[in-house]
Amino acid sequence: MQDVFSFLKMKILHKEILGQTQDTRLTKIEVSAPDIAASASPGQFAVLMVSEEGERIPLTIVDCDKNKGIITFIFQEAGLTTKLLGKLNQGDSLYALAGPLGHPTEIKNYGQVILVGGGVGIAELYPVAKALKGAGNQVVTILGARTKELLILEKELKSVSSELHITTDDGSYGRKGFTTDVLKELLNNEQRTMNYELVYAVGPIPMMRKCAAATQEFKVKTLVSLNALMVDATGMCGCCRVEVGGKTKFSCVDGPEFDGHLVDWDGLTKRNAVYLEQEKHICNLMPK
Amino acid sequence: MKKEPLEAKERDVSQRVNSFDEVVFGYSEEEALSEASRCLQCKNPVCILGCPVGIDIKKFIYQVSQKDYKGAYFTIRQKNDFPSICGRVCPAEYQCRKTCILTKKGSPFAAKEAINIHFLERFVGDYGMRNNLSVPPGKCAGAAKIKVAVVGSGPAGICCAGELARKGIKVVVFESLHKLGGVLRYGIPPFRLPRDILDYEIDYLKKLGVEFVPNCIIGKAKTLDGLLKEGFAAVFLGLGAGTPSFLGIPGENLCNVYSANEFLTRVNLMSAYEFPKFHTPVNIGKHAIVIGGGNTAMDAARVALRLQKMNGLAPDTTILYRRSEVEMPARRLEIEHAKEEGIKFKLLVKPEEFYADKNGFVQKIRCLECRLGEPDSSGRRKPIPVPGSDFKMPCDLAIIAVGLQANQILTKATPEIKVDEWADVVVDPETMETSVKKVFAGGDIVGGEGTVIEAMGMAKKAAEAILKSCSA
Repeated sequence: MQDVFSFLKMKILHKEILGQTQDTRLTKIEVSAPDIAASASPGQFAVLMVSEEGERIPLTIVDCDKNKGIITFIFQEAGLTTKLLGKLNQGDSLYALAGPLGHPTEIKNYGQVILVGGGVGIAELYPVAKALKGAGNQVVTILGARTKELLILEKELKSVSSELHITTDDGSYGRKGFTTDVLKELLNNEQRTMNYELVYAVGPIPMMRKCAAATQEFKVKTLVSLNALMVDATGMCGCCRVEVGGKTKFSCVDGPEFDGHLVDWDGLTKRNAVYLEQEKHICNLMPK
Repeated sequence: MKKEPLEAKERDVSQRVNSFDEVVFGYSEEEALSEASRCLQCKNPVCILGCPVGIDIKKFIYQVSQKDYKGAYFTIRQKNDFPSICGRVCPAEYQCRKTCILTKKGSPFAAKEAINIHFLERFVGDYGMRNNLSVPPGKCAGAAKIKVAVVGSGPAGICCAGELARKGIKVVVFESLHKLGGVLRYGIPPFRLPRDILDYEIDYLKKLGVEFVPNCIIGKAKTLDGLLKEGFAAVFLGLGAGTPSFLGIPGENLCNVYSANEFLTRVNLMSAYEFPKFHTPVNIGKHAIVIGGGNTAMDAARVALRLQKMNGLAPDTTILYRRSEVEMPARRLEIEHAKEEGIKFKLLVKPEEFYADKNGFVQKIRCLECRLGEPDSSGRRKPIPVPGSDFKMPCDLAIIAVGLQANQILTKATPEIKVDEWADVVVDPETMETSVKKVFAGGDIVGGEGTVIEAMGMAKKAAEAILKSCSA
């Protein structure tokens, strides 16, 4: 009989630094979570706590091994909680872990799709890319990073993409510029016989917003995966609410994916900045 | 000589607004004896009819008057598993105290003269807790082999778990959050229900053999069907009313506009009032506005005011309610407490719009004045906005406490469970069984927002039906 309490472990089984610069670090952890692994689908996330005093933060489930009962997270050490998470090592346990949450991505054969990933958002792109490729789509992928050292999962995404474009802000790798530059060219190119049915974008809010603005003109359906602030992440608090097409939605239970053309980007940007001061304050208190 | 009703003593106002310590002190033994001696021991004790679980109030008060506190404890425990909790949070003035013979018939709530049954219940409950009294488990033939799953560790869930565990059934309680207690933990602030009371009750269940599984979302990590296949003979759903309602007015999604659930969860569950020791932040307004007239609104306002005081701000917290005070659904005691603590009440007003500053933070609120019309379907007089009566108020923190709806995570994942138009679970009122066999439900997920004691009443009924169905 399956041990119903086994997922209580929440143990970090493997940890790996995927990329780092002087001020930024991207880390991958594999965590024991049999129940979540067994039921998670691409596009879903989990909520975790590092310690009893900690915050509840949502992180996308990047990969899951259903047989071994392991899920993978990739995160950028940005705020206090991700910094504390980055301090945990193999063998340490999370304080809390619940999921899978949110709606899975609708995986079907759209035909030709463009996937755009920026920064740590590339991690969230990977499971969706794999699933879309598996459903028979022709996947064109655009990855963007600030600099070469922070570009992650290039090899993995290359293996599921028929075409892979890379941009870096500083030109240290791939093409110098932004993902939207490539996106616009792909959509604009009249010589091409491609007929893109879907653009899927995940990354920093300004990037997703620019992608949605770019595709609007070409009337290509555009999904974005939002990273709103959350507390319980089960629809109880409404912290993550965002206006989509003039209606209030909860990112946690109605999302996290929404039609990028309908998202109130201004509202989302502002709401995500509600606690910037506290975040700065508490990060300054953290022992170096 | 007629004795005066005895209010329980309370923490001094200046002290309580600077902490989250419990406001109401329990009765001392003398106070309990004095209050118990006021009970008329009616031949026909109508107070009992006002209790949703039918506690033998007459008997337990008599036992108190005879100093038989142990007897009183077991009398209450026949019907109510958590007297220390209910004695603190029951809206007695709408229940047993309202039907007490000392309240005039037809009053909207209990008279001051009505026996303070809730304070006596708390006294007895706390006596039982201090003396580690517990109801001896009774065995039910073959129970040891039976496993029942309870979904949700709120009032309904823990009550059902206790009822079944005492009969020797193996109970596993699944909770989606990292801490146990449901609304008793994230909703009710510690100054009304201290956490150690809740912890004691949960520890007691653990001692009874109840297994708690936090961080497990049924409907996501496991399905209902999966639970039944895992070998649970029955499942009880105590999912609660977890989804906050909003007003649907412009500006409602501005920064620093919170649902009461979010505000209270940050403070109660995540301990945001101890930021940065605890890492979850909450914003504190200079001009806090709370919208609503229920217990949640009172709780949110009193928390907001405490945060102002504890952070060195001049307290300025106002409750806006569209009817008048008499229609407020909150416990009268909480309304009094809120007023004593300096919460301002602005009644007969309807919020119309929030305005932002340049960074998207709420800055002002515009309202309309209301007058009361004829009673509506709730039996309360309906507020009618007065055209042209607009006025604006400063508001840099808004908390919306206008009710809750069903949390649909499990029911959406399990369409075979029949729900009504409000997404509440439909049950057979006799057994609390849902449209899926062996699956029962109770608490706020059935029939919408109610009280802790009503939830427990439903849970007890379901537990009886589960026992029957398991032994059949």
